[in-house]
Parts: sequence; C-alpha cells; structure tokens
Amino acid sequence: MTIRFVGAAALGGLVAVLGACAPAQATPATQPRPASSPATARDTTRPAPGAGAVSAPNADPFPSTYTAPTSRATIIRDVTILTAAGPTIRNGSILLRDGKIAAVGTTVAAPADAEVIDGRGKYVTPGVIDDHSHLGVYAAPGSDALSDGNELTNPVTANVWAEHSVWPQDPQFPRALASGVTTAQILPGSGNLIGGRSVVLKMVPSATVQGMKFPGAKYGLKMACGENPKRVYANRGPSTRMGNVAGYRAAWIQAEAYRRRWDKWNADRQGDAPQRDLGLETLAEVLRGNILVHNHCYRADEMAQMIDIAKEFGYKIRSFHHGVEAYKVADRLAKEGISASLWSDWGGFKMEAMDGVRANLAMVSAAGARAIVHSDDPSGMQRLNQDAAKAMAAGEQIGIHTTEDEAIKWFTINPAWALGLDDRIGSIEVGKNADVVLWSADPFSVYARVDRVWIDGAPAYDRANPSSWWRTDFELGNVPLPTGGK
Amino acid sequence: MRDGKRTAESGRRETAGGKGRLACVFALGLALVVVPTIRAQTVAITGGKVYPVSGPPIENGTVLVRDGKIVAVGANVAVPNGATRIDATGKWVTPGLINALTGLGVIEIGAVPATVDRSARGDSGVAAAFPVWEGINPASTLFAPARNDGITSVGVVPTGGLIAGQAALIDLVPGTLTEMIGKAPVAMVAQFGDPRSGGSNARGEQYTRLRELLEDARTYSRRRGEFERAQTRPFAARRADLEALVPVVEGRLPLMVNADQASDIDAVLRLARETNVKLIIAGGAESWKMADKLAAANVPVIVGSMINIPQSFATLGSRQETPALLRRAGVKVVLIANGSGGEEVFNVRNLKYDAGVAVAYGLAWDDALRAITLTPAEVLGVANRVGSLQPGRDANIVVWSGDPFEFATRVEHVLIRGREVTQPSRQDELMQRYKTYPPAYRKP
Repeated sequence: MTIRFVGAAALGGLVAVLGACAPAQATPATQPRPASSPATARDTTRPAPGAGAVSAPNADPFPSTYTAPTSRATIIRDVTILTAAGPTIRNGSILLRDGKIAAVGTTVAAPADAEVIDGRGKYVTPGVIDDHSHLGVYAAPGSDALSDGNELTNPVTANVWAEHSVWPQDPQFPRALASGVTTAQILPGSGNLIGGRSVVLKMVPSATVQGMKFPGAKYGLKMACGENPKRVYANRGPSTRMGNVAGYRAAWIQAEAYRRRWDKWNADRQGDAPQRDLGLETLAEVLRGNILVHNHCYRADEMAQMIDIAKEFGYKIRSFHHGVEAYKVADRLAKEGISASLWSDWGGFKMEAMDGVRANLAMVSAAGARAIVHSDDPSGMQRLNQDAAKAMAAGEQIGIHTTEDEAIKWFTINPAWALGLDDRIGSIEVGKNADVVLWSADPFSVYARVDRVWIDGAPAYDRANPSSWWRTDFELGNVPLPTGGK
Repeated sequence: MRDGKRTAESGRRETAGGKGRLACVFALGLALVVVPTIRAQTVAITGGKVYPVSGPPIENGTVLVRDGKIVAVGANVAVPNGATRIDATGKWVTPGLINALTGLGVIEIGAVPATVDRSARGDSGVAAAFPVWEGINPASTLFAPARNDGITSVGVVPTGGLIAGQAALIDLVPGTLTEMIGKAPVAMVAQFGDPRSGGSNARGEQYTRLRELLEDARTYSRRRGEFERAQTRPFAARRADLEALVPVVEGRLPLMVNADQASDIDAVLRLARETNVKLIIAGGAESWKMADKLAAANVPVIVGSMINIPQSFATLGSRQETPALLRRAGVKVVLIANGSGGEEVFNVRNLKYDAGVAVAYGLAWDDALRAITLTPAEVLGVANRVGSLQPGRDANIVVWSGDPFEFATRVEHVLIRGREVTQPSRQDELMQRYKTYPPAYRKP
C-alpha cells in the first residue's frame, strides 16, 4: 500500500501530442477520422501545410482501428437482469444481435439461429466500466521499463497522451475483461497538476493501442489536486497547495489565449497560422468542451476550489476522482452536476486520504450526485461490483438504503456518463452496444463469478472455456494458465 | 500510551520454550502471555448457529462465557440465572477473526513517517532483535474499524530487510499495549527472493546469509560465555540479533519467510530442512506449484485470495485458486487480506471478504472460516487461547446477522475476552456528522 502510493505519487502522465487534422471541418468529436484530412480547402494557391501544423478542434490523429467482430445472435433466457436503466427484470431474456442489444424483457423472440443460453439462477448486467485505470501505462510486471504513467518532468504536461504509453500486451487487460470490465478510461498519473490526456479503451486483444480505442470516445484531461504534485515538485515548485492553484490558473490563462488565437485563425485563415502547442491545444479543447476533465482530488475543500477555478475559466469538471471526502460536499457536487469517482473503502494512506469512509458512495448517491465506483488499481478493478456492495452495506448501517437498481449504476451507466459514452454503453437498453456480463450469481454477493462477457455482441470471455481466454503475448511461456493444480 | 511495566505486572508469563535460557533475560527473547484481570461476568449467547470451528456447527446453540472465558458451547447448555443474554436467534456465531499479517498499530498514515514503525533500520538488513510491538500505538484510530468488523486479533508483522524482526499477536481489546498483547514474539520474520533485500544482490547471497545467521545463532547459543569474554570468532550479526535468533534455531519460534516464486519457496524449504527451523511461508504467490512439498514438510502458508496479477517477475504465477489448491494438497492455509486497499492497515477489516472470495475460487466454506480463525491461531502458537469456541478459550466471539463473508451481513456483537468492544470509530463519527445536509455539526 505504501509503496503503491509512493508510486502513485509518481503517477501523472502527460502526453503532448495533438494531432491536427481537418481544421475547417466541423467534425463531431465522436467520429474517428483519418489523420490526413485536407487542411487547405480554402486556399489552393499555397501548398497545404501538413495537418500536423494546424490546431484543429476534435482532431483525431491516432484514430481507433477497432471494429466489432461479426457475431452470431445470442439470447440469454430466464435470467435476472440488472439494467441500470430501470427496475430489475426477473426471469427475463436479452437478445444480442448485430453488436447491439436487440431486445430485452420478459418475452423476447429469438431468431432461429441464435445461440441460446440458459440463465437460470444467473444475473445479467451491462459491461462494467472503470473510469479510472492505469492499465497499460503501469503494466505488469511492475518495473521501471514499464512505468509509463507519469511524465514527471514538468508540473503541467497537458501535452502528453496516455495512449502513447499503453502497452497492449499488459497481462492486466485480460484479467479486467474476465472480471466483467468491458470499457476503461486509462489515465496519466497524478504526479502533475495537469497530467495529460486519457484514452478510453475496450478490453479487447490487439497488437496496437489503436485497436483497443473506443471509437469516437472523447478524450479526458487528467488534473490532480493536493499532496502528489506538491510532493513531486517540492524542490522546483509547486511545493504548496497555493502553488498548485497558481499553477492551474496560469495554465488556463495561457490556454484561453491560445484558444482565441486558433479559433480566430481557423475561422478566417488570415495570415500565418499561429504556432501549434500540444499542451495548450489540449487545454483549449477542454475550454471548447471537447475534452472532459477528470480531477484527482481527495479533500472537500480542494474540490470546492477546483469548482471555482473551473468557473473562473469557463470549463466543466466531469468527475472528481478519489474524492474520499466527497460525502462532505455531496450536495454541492449534485448541484454542479459533477460526478464523484470513488473507492468504497480506501483511506488513511496519506493525510488527504484520512477521512475516507465506507458509506461515501452511498452518501454521495443519496445526495443526488452521480456516484461512480472506480479502481485506480488493477486488482480492485476486478471487483468494482464488490466495492459497490461494501458501500451499500455501509450506507445501510447509517440508515441510507441503496437498492441494487441504483448501485448497479455506480459501475455501469454513471461511469459511462463520466466518459461521455452513456448514449452507447452502460445500460441494458435496446439499441445500446451489446456489452454484457453474465454472472454466476447476484453480483452484489461475494460468491458471484463472471461466467461470460460479450463486447459489441461478440463473445469476449467464457469462464468454462479456458482455451478461448485472451492471453497477452507476455503471458505465453511466462504466466501459467490458471487452470487445474500444479 | 504504552505501559512500561508490562512484564512486571503480567499475571502469567511463559517463555516460548523455556529450556536452556541463561539468567540474563533479554526482553526481546521472551514470549509474553498477558491476561488482564476481568471482572466476573457471565454472558450467554443463545439461539444462534454456532461455528466453534474446532468442531461441527451447532444449530440453535449456546455459548456461555464467564470471566472472559468460554465455559460451555453446545445445543443443551443451561444458562445460569443472572447471566447477560445475547439473543442470537437467526444469527451466526463464530470465533473472532484473526488477521495474521498486518501492520495495525504500527502504521497510522502510511505517507507520514512519524506514524510508521513497522520497519527497522537494522544492521545490513538484519533486524532480528526488532520487537515490532514496542511501537504499537493503542490509540490508533484503525483498531476500532477492524474490531467493529469482527477482527479480534491480529498479527503485527515487521517488514523490510533480510530479517525484518519479530512479530506479535495482539487482541484488539481497548486498553494499553500490555492488555492488548496476546503473545510476543510469535514468529521471526524474514524475506527471500524478490525484492532483493538487506544489501543482498542475488538470491544465492540471501540464502548464504540466512544460513550463516542461523548457524551463528546456534553457535552463539552454545558459547555465550566465551562470547562475553571475546573468545569466539566474529559472528555474522550483533549480539542482540543472535540472541533473538536462538529460539528460532532451537525450534521454539517459527521463522516466517516471505517468498513468492516457486523456486524461492523451494529454496527456503531446503534452508529450513538444513538448519532444522520451523518454517512458515508468507506471501506464497506461487505456493500452489509447491503444494505437495509444503504439505510433506508440514509448512503452513499465509496467503491471500485476491491477487491474480503477475505484479512482479517473482509472482508470475499469482492466482486466486491458491488457497483452495493448497488445502486440496493438505497444506495448512492462513488467509489474509491481500486485496489492494491497504489491507494490512486501513482495511484489515476486509479479511472476511478475502475469505468469501477464496470460497468463490474453490476453497470449502468451512476451510475458509478455519483459515481466518483457528489455523492462524495454531500457526502463531495461540490456539490454546483463541481461534475457536471451546471451553477454556478466551471469549473472542462475533455474532453476525448472516454469513460472515457476505457484504450485506452486519456485525451484531463483538466480544473480546468476554467484553463487548464495539464502539463508534472515527469513520463512524464522520459519517454521522455528514449524513445529513447541511451537516449535523452545523445545526443549531
């Protein structure tokens, strides 16, 4: 634990690459597009500058290459379905077809060629979503060679992108999948005030990170409050919390000037293009609303200050992460529409984590804010359902009752919202991506195991069929298949 | 907080073995068993499903407690007049849980060094004389949450170096350290393999150093007089460390070795055989590969159920079925909390969930309960006092609303040495304060 957090202090990556593609086209952030869009549509007299010279909103220079595999229709019958969109469906059925949830309810007709799965005694939930993971950027086995999550060379490294650190052969990916996680946000670490861009990945095997990227997902920006940055930069500054705040504000002041410069140039194309700056470009995209802010912040008082900073510069905080004191300002979070990404019961490992309480999630949820159970940890990531169960029980003890229908949202639709993907994933509703988990029992029981997982309707994990398990290249010859005895 | 007069006022004291000690008694080498005075009180826990662990479950059973001790357990136990009754109808009754491997009381806030007393500086990685319990702060805010979740005893285990020091078993009874100590030491703690420790650069070097230390301790124990007169060759450790290792080489104090990789466990088994020490393996990520050898050598393993990640090159074979596979081979298994949330300190309380997960990964339910009660008591040499519900044992008892391993289960009562010990933790107070908006503390 101690070691973990010393390491976590070092977390904070930065990525500095903004690709630029088609500047003048209004491209929805959600659409991946080739990196080579013409940047010079209006001016045919000059040679086109390379797309990389231009700072364009919603550029996508490292586009996803993921495509959903074709799959046979699948129906799970006689199963209990926690939908994250309404009441539990008992003895229900769910049909997955063409990558989508095609039907759900108590009576569902299946095509003749569909695989039929008997779900008696079992549970179906949406694919689990973890909005705080460092898989791939802090890959296993832990070593300096694989420690790529914190670019600790400057307190503001908005220029770095987590995806450029992701090792697709991290053996932690298949373990996340086998525990029901279908989507995860991979963040830079928390060693910097502004750590860089996150990336949203599907838990699918691929030789490249592009092959894992969730098509059309918005980027996130990692920011961090408190102890970590001031410890990492104690010698050069910021070395205090007030230094931290001065650092955020200075960055946003620059970013706003940059945004104005480029928005003007992109609109009128008069004169030389301004010089592109990868870090300011990422921050400008936050100011334009194209990138979502994920703010590591433990203490209630610091959350309140970060909210004021966001208002000062005109951006929104999408989620406070590790908010062990979120319960102290849950009403404020609800009012501001900021989600809280939380552990059930971590705390105590440093001063700013002292006031962690187990009912945090339940208290935040009861106050009307979006509660999210997150991991920041490759092991905890495999048990977000159990974390939710612990928080439900702790809430119960202080008189806050949380239903399973509500708690299921903590690791499905609520993190989907935090990632801006709630229109595609996070609930069992017709038309949504068929990211589905079949559990051996109620997922809020300690004894529940994940039996099967589908991503976009395609079988991704089947506990009963070890030969089908995803094993990363690293595992071959190194890691024994966990079946049988010695 | 600490009571400096512990040894003087202890009601009973026993050494780990007692034979052949010199009159010069170093507190370090002693095993203390302290039983504080408890006022006469009779408590009857009635109507519950009782899991004595030392025997089969008893439906509608009664556990009778007098003066802090269990005096009767069974389906037909007469409850004396005047006994305090705890109605456990519909509840489950188990021994208090024992988390054998923690830093409770010696780490308050991990990142604040002033509150961390778990690792000694030692001498070239050797800190055998280090009595970790001397740093335990009974005022730690982390005892109450563990207690309130059914943990009644913990092993406080030092970390770091080649030989980390000596572990203790404490009961989580509110009071002074004197009152808390159950037995100290319960084990000498060492580390083999990865990470490289105590100035050793290679596993073979660690092996040689450990062997040399044990052999020197043996020689020292036979030649103390000559040593005092400076008539011996130089030894590999300081006198206090050698003295602390004497009970280990005499087989009176187990050597608990942290080792994960299968080949490391194999090496440690060899070392223990060669030096004739009583071994406990802790960590044991790949111990499932060595299950038969461990069973044959009668070496218990302290292991968790949560980790399936090859976190280091020494743990490539980590898997969650390990407790089940070890039991299947006949190995004694002590389950600890080894999830990711500070489970050696802040979340010592999560032990019961690790047991549940071990069951989900193939361990029999009864074995899982035993692995967090009676087996750790046996392995740490305190089974004559804790770990089971039998007449004569300390009344460390938990009443649960249902299956102890399930999240929705509540802890209804926790007794340590016959006394109810649940009380609001700091976390409970925070939750009470903030569960309403505006917070209760701002209300008029």
